[in-house]
Amino acid sequence: MSASSVTAATALLAPAAAFVLAALAMFVIDAFGAEETSGLVLAVVSTAGSIAALSISGLLLASGAAAGGVALFGGQLVVDGMSLLFTFVFGSVTALVSVASLDYTRGRPYKTEYYLLILLAATGMSLLASANSLAVVFVALELTSLPSYALVAYLKNNRGSVEGALKYFFVGALSSGIMLYGISLVYASTGSLLLADVAAASGEASATYPGVFGVGILLIIGGLAFKTASVPFHFWAPDVYEGAPAPVAAFLSSASKAAGFVVAFRVLVVGFPIETIAGTLDWVLVFQILAVVTMTVGNFAAATQENVKRMLAYSSIGHAGYALIGLAALTNVGGVGAESTVLGASVLHLLVYGFMNTGAFLFVALAEHWEIGRTFEDYNGLGAEAPIACVAMTVFLFSLAGLPVGGGFVSKYYLFAGAVGAGVWWLALIGAINSALSLFYYSRVVKAMWIESPAEPFAIERYPTALYAALLTAAVVTVVLLPGILVVDGTAFDAAAALF
Amino acid sequence: MLIEAIIAACLLSAAVVFVSPDRYAHKLALGLSVPPLALSLYAYAAFEGSGNALLGGEIAYETFTEWLRFGPYAVNYHVGLDGISLPLVVLSTVLTTLALLSAWTPIDERQSEFYGLVLFLEGSLVGVFAALDFVLWFVFWEAVLIPMYLLIGVWGGPRRKYAAIKFFVYTNIASLVMFIGYFGLVFGLGDAISSTGMPEVAQALRAGQLGSLGTSAAAIPADALAMGAFLAMFVGFAVKVPIVPFHTWLPDAHVEAPTPVSVLLAGVLLKMGTYALLRFNFTMLPEQAAILAVPIAAIAVVSIIYGAMLALAQQDLKRVVAYSSVSSMGYVILGLIAYTVYGVGGATFQMIAHGLISGLLFMTVGVFYNATHTRMIGDMSGLAGRMPVTATVFVAGAFAYMGLPLMAGFMAELFVFLGAFGSTVLPAAPVFTAAAMFGIVIVAGYLLWAMQRSLFGPFRLETDYELARAPAHDIVPIVTLLALVIALGVAPDIFFEMIRDATLDVVAFDFGGESP
Repeated sequence: MSASSVTAATALLAPAAAFVLAALAMFVIDAFGAEETSGLVLAVVSTAGSIAALSISGLLLASGAAAGGVALFGGQLVVDGMSLLFTFVFGSVTALVSVASLDYTRGRPYKTEYYLLILLAATGMSLLASANSLAVVFVALELTSLPSYALVAYLKNNRGSVEGALKYFFVGALSSGIMLYGISLVYASTGSLLLADVAAASGEASATYPGVFGVGILLIIGGLAFKTASVPFHFWAPDVYEGAPAPVAAFLSSASKAAGFVVAFRVLVVGFPIETIAGTLDWVLVFQILAVVTMTVGNFAAATQENVKRMLAYSSIGHAGYALIGLAALTNVGGVGAESTVLGASVLHLLVYGFMNTGAFLFVALAEHWEIGRTFEDYNGLGAEAPIACVAMTVFLFSLAGLPVGGGFVSKYYLFAGAVGAGVWWLALIGAINSALSLFYYSRVVKAMWIESPAEPFAIERYPTALYAALLTAAVVTVVLLPGILVVDGTAFDAAAALF
Repeated sequence: MLIEAIIAACLLSAAVVFVSPDRYAHKLALGLSVPPLALSLYAYAAFEGSGNALLGGEIAYETFTEWLRFGPYAVNYHVGLDGISLPLVVLSTVLTTLALLSAWTPIDERQSEFYGLVLFLEGSLVGVFAALDFVLWFVFWEAVLIPMYLLIGVWGGPRRKYAAIKFFVYTNIASLVMFIGYFGLVFGLGDAISSTGMPEVAQALRAGQLGSLGTSAAAIPADALAMGAFLAMFVGFAVKVPIVPFHTWLPDAHVEAPTPVSVLLAGVLLKMGTYALLRFNFTMLPEQAAILAVPIAAIAVVSIIYGAMLALAQQDLKRVVAYSSVSSMGYVILGLIAYTVYGVGGATFQMIAHGLISGLLFMTVGVFYNATHTRMIGDMSGLAGRMPVTATVFVAGAFAYMGLPLMAGFMAELFVFLGAFGSTVLPAAPVFTAAAMFGIVIVAGYLLWAMQRSLFGPFRLETDYELARAPAHDIVPIVTLLALVIALGVAPDIFFEMIRDATLDVVAFDFGGESP
């Protein structure tokens, strides 16, 4: 590889570089800036970095520069449609969260550190999306997780925030250990950490060391289940999302979850091809069980909540269950292209989810900003007080439920139709029933906002511009994705097909 | 582009009204509802379609572009009108404008939100009737629920929260069941179709291209699949119509909803159910309908009689009208299952006629309520002397409901009975028809009884309200509706000709009924 082609190939990492540069800028601002830098500068730098990341990845996607997948650093990283698409999601979510945090962190200390940690976590996510070797997967996973632990504890005088962070850290450390152990077992049985080499050696490894290899894969799946907040490693999620500052909860439940999924897609589809692994560990069956249990547990638990943020946390577990269909439907019994279609549908769902779920959590951030409480009852009558924000929230909730007001309807349609096309119609049926159930608890918020009357009048004095801007952007994108998904759906299906 | 213009006009108006100040919202909404109304009337005047949109007819104002592509099936943005959908679009726009006017008196809080939601509802309703691709249709179908849920829940009566959530849950579960049914058909058709478009699916189904569903090991055979899909869609739409025994959400929703919302609920939303039954069940799966003819006709007759008996037992004038809708929708089902030109055409005509007449009665009850603040029949009497215009309109509307000749209701019921009587698909058709005709007697009974107790006799009012002359904006919509009801009764061909043209292909199949 000549020097110039190395440069050209490295340019494909520009989205990750944008995050890193913005993070470095935070260090500089912190070192040389005034004692307490204005939040505006920090928010602008952070937003600019994430918008740069999302637009570069969008441009690279559109230009087809990485259509076939470009391997970098001896195959440790790969930039392809999948990684760029997810980096686009991370950039969008980070930009929305950065804008919204301007109002949220107003009057709170350690703003620079806050933005710095968000940008570092986003860097880790964009590396996760490109990770092509188990070693890089682990390092990038830690780069994502460590800033996240600290972010959750940002409100360090708040019991919930600290408790959530501690819980997140313990469960995270445990699952990192489990995953690392799994990686070492896979390395022991295949002799490589590169996903392509693992795949090549997997046939022999299954024959020679079926036990070691199978347990290794199972442990890796456990680590991924933590990151995607899937059952049985979901216990941290409700406490963490509830305790964390709402913009951080938005960031974790949208971007961090998507990062978990992209690495799961790549590791399992590329590293452990089901054709050769099926005899050792039928991970498709594992994911079928995980998908059904995760979506059912998430939705039923969400239906019993009294706290809106906790309800959204459980709903986020439910959505992890839907996205798992992308892996659970790779049964190889469907027609031509059925597998890449359903995997692409899962990617699309995570893309749409990135906007609608971030938006819903940002609305909770707005409510926290107004200090109006956290339960359904506390939202009573908010629609008359803040109609525009409540319209946005209504859009997010109905779109999450799969009603055709936003992209959530199309992506769920893709997922369930894809599952039927791949021959697992029962999975689609369970998903559809869960989806109908979810409407019950989402509409409770809508009912509270618009139909109930407030117990006492609200004392809302200011309408924070930045939070509103982020909220409305997310709402507009969610609605536009209903007809506009045709712009990205081909890309997603191609990106998914390229993995096989 | 005409349909897009109507929908866009509604949605833009909704957004404008939603953020406008409360003081102007009512006039602004009324003014902004005129362009969609004018456009739909223009669509009627310039209509050049022929045949049934699903069965290869000439579709008017058609737009077709690919929206999504998913595996083997494309989802298209496909809209267009034929002789069945155009009258329903006109009905939606006419009733919306009149309902907006009738809302001026009862709606006195959060007006901009109310009027914005009504206009949003109008746009979605037009979309439901114009969409020719299932997924697009479903988008509009579900979009109707959201404004309706809020309209009942925010501006309704004392038990509005219960009524709104009951409406929402019932119809959503129904939507899911129906959605699964339709997609069973799509996947069963396999390679025979390339999109989820309703015309393509309808034609493939009528050509008998339905295959089995599932892997070769565990397949659902084509017959069972078609029957399962028919039942799933029938139940899904029956809730919307509603047909006994799926009707229990309706009285709650109607009684709690404010007058203008009741008008749209009875006038247009119930027609979504019967329209969908005609478009999906009876157009796409005629053989399954024929197999189930007797149970369906029995359900129709039970709806007619039972709905009318329930109406007879009510003390609340609005509940009387609400239950009578269950009864009237039974005639639509009876006409559809007859599978004759007059049966299906009459059923479609009944959708329009009932939309106008029930709207008229709900509005009139609303005007009484505005003046007396009671709807209990026992609390009032002798209103005819104090509110002569309103009382006259109510009497005329009630007679239209009973089927007085030269009124729209008469023509609709005549067509349905003619069609049902001559049906060859339905065994023992004359028996079912005669039983259904008996319903008319009960209808006459409860309406005459209710009128006699509330309108005539010595004047007595059990509330403390001062009885005032109804304002002009209360009178204009009911008089307009009455004029339309009479016009359709005198000259049914205003709509019936195009309806007949569009239903010919629906009833034309191998074992079809004769056309009288």
